[in-house]
Amino acid sequence: MHLQTSTATPAVRFQGVERHFGHVRAVDGVDLAIAPGEFFAMLGPSGSGKTTCLRLIAGFEQPDAGHIEIFGETVEGLPPYRRAVNTVFQDYALFPHLSVGDNVAYGLKVRGVGRAERDRLAREALAMVKLAGTETRRPSQLSGGQRQRVALARALVVRPKVLLLDEPLGALDLKLREEMQSELKGLQRALGLTFVFVTHDQGEALSMADRVAVFNEGRIVQVGPPEEVYERPATRFVARFVGSANVLEAAQAASLGGAARPSSLRPEKIALLAHGAPAPEGVAVIEARVIDVSYQGPVRRVTAVTEPGLTLAAAVPASAAGVIAGATVRLAVPAAALVPMEGEG
Amino acid sequence: MTRAPLSLKIAALGGLAFLHVPLLFILLYCFTTEEKSYAFPPPGFTLKWFGVVWERADIWAAVGLSLKVAALATVIALVLGTLAAGALARARFFGREPVSLLFVLPIALPGIVTGIALRQAFGMMEIPFSVFTIVLGHATFCIVVVYNNAVARLRRLSPSLIEASMDLGADAFQTFRLVVLPNIGTALLAGGMLAFALSFDEVIVTTFTAGQQSTLPIWMLSELIRPRQRPVTNVVAVLVILVTFLPILAAYYLTREGEAVAGSGK
Repeated sequence: MHLQTSTATPAVRFQGVERHFGHVRAVDGVDLAIAPGEFFAMLGPSGSGKTTCLRLIAGFEQPDAGHIEIFGETVEGLPPYRRAVNTVFQDYALFPHLSVGDNVAYGLKVRGVGRAERDRLAREALAMVKLAGTETRRPSQLSGGQRQRVALARALVVRPKVLLLDEPLGALDLKLREEMQSELKGLQRALGLTFVFVTHDQGEALSMADRVAVFNEGRIVQVGPPEEVYERPATRFVARFVGSANVLEAAQAASLGGAARPSSLRPEKIALLAHGAPAPEGVAVIEARVIDVSYQGPVRRVTAVTEPGLTLAAAVPASAAGVIAGATVRLAVPAAALVPMEGEG
Repeated sequence: MTRAPLSLKIAALGGLAFLHVPLLFILLYCFTTEEKSYAFPPPGFTLKWFGVVWERADIWAAVGLSLKVAALATVIALVLGTLAAGALARARFFGREPVSLLFVLPIALPGIVTGIALRQAFGMMEIPFSVFTIVLGHATFCIVVVYNNAVARLRRLSPSLIEASMDLGADAFQTFRLVVLPNIGTALLAGGMLAFALSFDEVIVTTFTAGQQSTLPIWMLSELIRPRQRPVTNVVAVLVILVTFLPILAAYYLTREGEAVAGSGK
């Protein structure tokens, strides 16, 4: 899915947005434009400002500087209940005193929708998240995954223009998480709605989002489609936070045939070359001594040191023979795999 | 589960007896025929004191005043205590700790200090003693009970519930009515009942802030000096036990159930 962020009015636009807590600049000059219908991930470690950005969109926080628009409408000073965005909270925030049906119908009730109509819409919303028939139960009687679906139905039933999800899969176990991932994605596609989700899990961001914004220390350090963020990390931080990467200094990159710039090198781009085999075109071959091997199922992760003292991590097929600590191996590094990093940080 | 040794059981029973046997004596002497002293065993039994109480207007005036004062003080405490709890439960601001201490202080302060302080304050402001001054005096400690109950429940409530409500389109009043109140309702009921019971049998602060009116406890105190018709006070005392004990019992059961509900939020 290719989205032109420049033409249409963005679903969400930040211009120089700042939010301070005391002396801490939680959000420190963020610019972003999220396209309508986009599945947008805000990825970063805890304290990087991603959750505060989500709360700024929802209206739970107000910016100290800068400008925020939702579908062209300026929202600074607008309380959460006057914004056409809804949130799925990390702890789901289901009302414990209300039944599942009344939880979902809550947003309609406060808007003055009649009992029969809101019950019908709540039933439909629950059916959409595959929870038909649970209307009369209490949230406490549901499993974690079911509660999350209720929270989703409750947010979607009021037809928001943007759906915000705060670590939506954080509290679920692995199996359920994978299931919810594809379901969220399917739901977003079916509804054509703008989803903005916050996560610290790079795998989640890469697999679900159309575009990923990587946050560090209150700023966005890189934003782009998952492939771009992963393949061409702009900074050391992105290279290390999104997946794992070898970070090479300018001279080291040049010695392997890359540009004389600090560069990143993904471990899976490094191949093992049999002793005596000729080096292919455009590939640097270096000898290195294996210092550690860890088996990770499909791959073995090999840590090796070259003669000039460069430590490289390589992911090689688990079937590769003769890779044990202390052995000398030949590492093949394609020059194209060395990705120069422009940005600092 | 281990079984308690016999000596511990006897000690526990002794403690309970020490606390509650005097109450049984109050009940016993409601029915005595001897009206000048409490001789044991009572020389005879009669129901006539209940009739006497029924016909004495001063008792019913005192009961009426006490109920009125307790009801008003409880209403004031519910409104102000809830507001204070709302402000202090979550928010962080300069002076939060001293303010919450000041809120709880009146219940720790000896009633006599509160009483004198209020009496002097009313005197300086030239406010005549009336039902209103008694109510204000009682409200000082009733607020604490409501506040304590409400603040404990609010702190257990997930703060994202309030955000979720506003996120879904509810303004502050709707959020309070539809989310906050249902979740702290039982705590408020319990706090209100406790406040009512505290106010209903309060003597010390009342002594300092009442004018000519006498509440039920004040009436009983003055009755003790009279040599005749002693069992009348016993009958009234039993009434007081009923009026204060039943709400406290109800409050106990309500908060116990409330915990099961409030704890299931996550």
